Amino acid sequence: MLQINELRAAIDDKEILKGLTLEVKPGEIHAIMGPNGSGKSTLANVLTGRDIATVTHGSIIFEGRNLLEMSPEERAREGIFLSFQYPIEIPGVSMVNFMKTAINEQRKHRGLDPLSASEFLRQMREKKELVEIDSALTNRSVNEGFSGGEKKKNEIFQMAMLEPRLAVLDETDSGLDIDALRIVANGVNKIRRPDTSVIVITHYQRLLEYIIPDYVHVLYDGRIVRSAGPELALELEERGYDWIRKEADITEESWTTDQK
Amino acid sequence: MEKDQDKVLTEVTSGEYKYGFVTDIETEVIPKGLTEDVVRLISAKKEEPEWMLEFRLKAFRHWLTMKMPTWAHLTIPEIDFQEIIYYAAPVQKKGPDSLSDVDPELLKTFDKLGIPLEEQKHLTGVAVDAVMDSISVKTTFRETLAEMGIIFCSFSEAVREHPTLVQKYLASVVPYTDNFFATLNSAVFSDGSFCYIPKGVRCPMELSTYFRINTSNTGQFERTLLIADEESYVSYLEGCTAPMRDENQLHAAVVEIIAERGAEVKYSTVQNWYPGDKNGKGGIYNFVTKRGICKGDDSKISWTQVETGSAVTWKYPSCILRGNNSTGEFYSVAVTNNYQQADTGTKMIHIGKNTKSTIVSKGISAGFGQNSYRGLVKVLGKAEGARNFSQCDSLLLGDKCGAHTFPYIEVDNPTAIVEHEATTSRIGEDQIFYCNQRGISTEDAIGLIVNGYAREVINKLPMEFAVEAQKLLQISLEGSVG
Ligand SMILES: Nc1ncnc2c1ncn2[C@@H]1O[C@H](COP(=O)(O)OP(=O)(O)O)[C@@H](O)[C@H]1O
Ligand SMILES: [Mg+2]
Repeated sequence: MLQINELRAAIDDKEILKGLTLEVKPGEIHAIMGPNGSGKSTLANVLTGRDIATVTHGSIIFEGRNLLEMSPEERAREGIFLSFQYPIEIPGVSMVNFMKTAINEQRKHRGLDPLSASEFLRQMREKKELVEIDSALTNRSVNEGFSGGEKKKNEIFQMAMLEPRLAVLDETDSGLDIDALRIVANGVNKIRRPDTSVIVITHYQRLLEYIIPDYVHVLYDGRIVRSAGPELALELEERGYDWIRKEADITEESWTTDQK
Repeated sequence: MEKDQDKVLTEVTSGEYKYGFVTDIETEVIPKGLTEDVVRLISAKKEEPEWMLEFRLKAFRHWLTMKMPTWAHLTIPEIDFQEIIYYAAPVQKKGPDSLSDVDPELLKTFDKLGIPLEEQKHLTGVAVDAVMDSISVKTTFRETLAEMGIIFCSFSEAVREHPTLVQKYLASVVPYTDNFFATLNSAVFSDGSFCYIPKGVRCPMELSTYFRINTSNTGQFERTLLIADEESYVSYLEGCTAPMRDENQLHAAVVEIIAERGAEVKYSTVQNWYPGDKNGKGGIYNFVTKRGICKGDDSKISWTQVETGSAVTWKYPSCILRGNNSTGEFYSVAVTNNYQQADTGTKMIHIGKNTKSTIVSKGISAGFGQNSYRGLVKVLGKAEGARNFSQCDSLLLGDKCGAHTFPYIEVDNPTAIVEHEATTSRIGEDQIFYCNQRGISTEDAIGLIVNGYAREVINKLPMEFAVEAQKLLQISLEGSVG
């Protein structure tokens, strides 16, 4: 469903992704781990069409189509969903209105009629329960005044409403206590249909105890330097990133990259 | 993204101003320029009584001693008042009594503007006075209203048929010496609407005036006089459009409202004059004096305005709160996109005891637009227990536009409570992208955000017009974020 091939991307002429290749098949869960600044969020941005980074090389094919030619909203309507590392507040726009607009845009794109008010409200109720989100939150403006944890839950709630084909979760676990983490992770598992693919970007192994990946990739300095099964996450947890760093640096012209 | 931006830009240039057409109709115009003879000519054309001509001449002579003020935060090229035509009227039979007397071209024009003049076709519960250039074309539902004693007619007719009322109230709120443009209007005004609601009557429908400028090089100078007698209620709406032209055109109107004891007047404006093109060429100068007096105790005047049009908007719909316990309100959304400028706000003058005023101003600037809120809250010495609350918010789209706030507060009574809050926010790229990522296009995202921001004001409009105003907001900002 998703093929990323030799992807290079730069921010202000500084290369951030340096030839990244990744294939995700329907229903697979891929974890991407890596130290701060290694380019994880940049990858999420490139996938969703945010123009902070410029793609300089390589290709991304999604469901047989050239993703890089599609506008951000078209990608979203085609079923790519990003759970933002830092969800954005939109004062004055109610969650209900926001969600209704989003759902109906997606339906229009797929040739469906808008949802009736009652059906929409029914889905809202059902999906709110799934992520145990406080009803009061959906009556407020989008993310306005939400706590860090509420914002993350709200992302997963939106994912539940939009039922994406490919979900990218960018550090959805950061800032969550263990209860919230469990709710969010279980939410993701319940939302997922058998052919939904997920890219879980995370720092820590603990989320992967709930959302069990098929593959774990280590992103370091803009490249995937190691891929393996779920056991790699455990190893990273135990040994940290230093050994990866050393290993990676030995094989690269490390003196040209700035050390963090 | 580059491509997207181009697409958005072409959409703006093509999806522009919907009302920019010109009606091809025989129009009687007088030679351009302004002299005492022109004032006499206008008065003669309207077959006015002597007292009306005297009023005009007094105003004209006073105007000759005045200079156009320059204190506003506006850049206005010098206006040559001798280059303007002061009277232009579509030629039709005098005083059309029935619709069949109205020129079909005019009916078509107003139809096209969404203001059908056939009563059965019209939005239920709205009576319209349609004004084209210098004259009132047709006032609907007059008979229905007359049954309740409500007078709703063109200003010219009121001068002829209700001279006592006109003489009693004309210039009682905005004296002919008030300011440069009000004085000019007093000298050359050609038509407008007149409305009187008798004691104890709740006007059963929205009254509205629709202003249309059609002829080039003309100024439009209309007057509205609205009198709500004791314990009466009326909701009044004003709309306006003009053709797209390369030259600027002047619209200098005067609106006076009188609310007697216990009366309530809601005055709403959806102002959509031609704003000029995206390089700032052409557009209407909208310099209007609007003022109401809460004359009697327990009376209330509420101004709501949605200002999306005009090259320059310069006006301060105000309330003189003379009656005890009287209330003044001002709710405003003003949009400036491209090179539009606005310097608008209100004056709340507290004279009576326990008078209350509320000001909610929402400025939206995009492109190179400049948007200023200017407001005066004045509490006089005897206004025991006066209260004011002001909320002035500015929303910026992009970084080439400007928002400014000039609040003036003068309090001469120690018991008064005056509160002022102001915020400035910006629609961020990150907010737009967040919406995009949920499948919402950039245009729709701006619509969502702007309408959310302006909701408090839009909700004050009569329901039939709230939806219209919402669309207008979105259209006037189309393409303002790439
Ligand atoms: N908006 C931006 N402007 C400039 N540099 C950025 C921006 N966003 C990220 N970067 C840089 O790109 C690199 C990768 O960042 P990011 O993708 O956020 O890493 P991660 O998500 O793995 O922590 C870092 O060096 C970071 O400083
Ligand atoms: Mg990140």
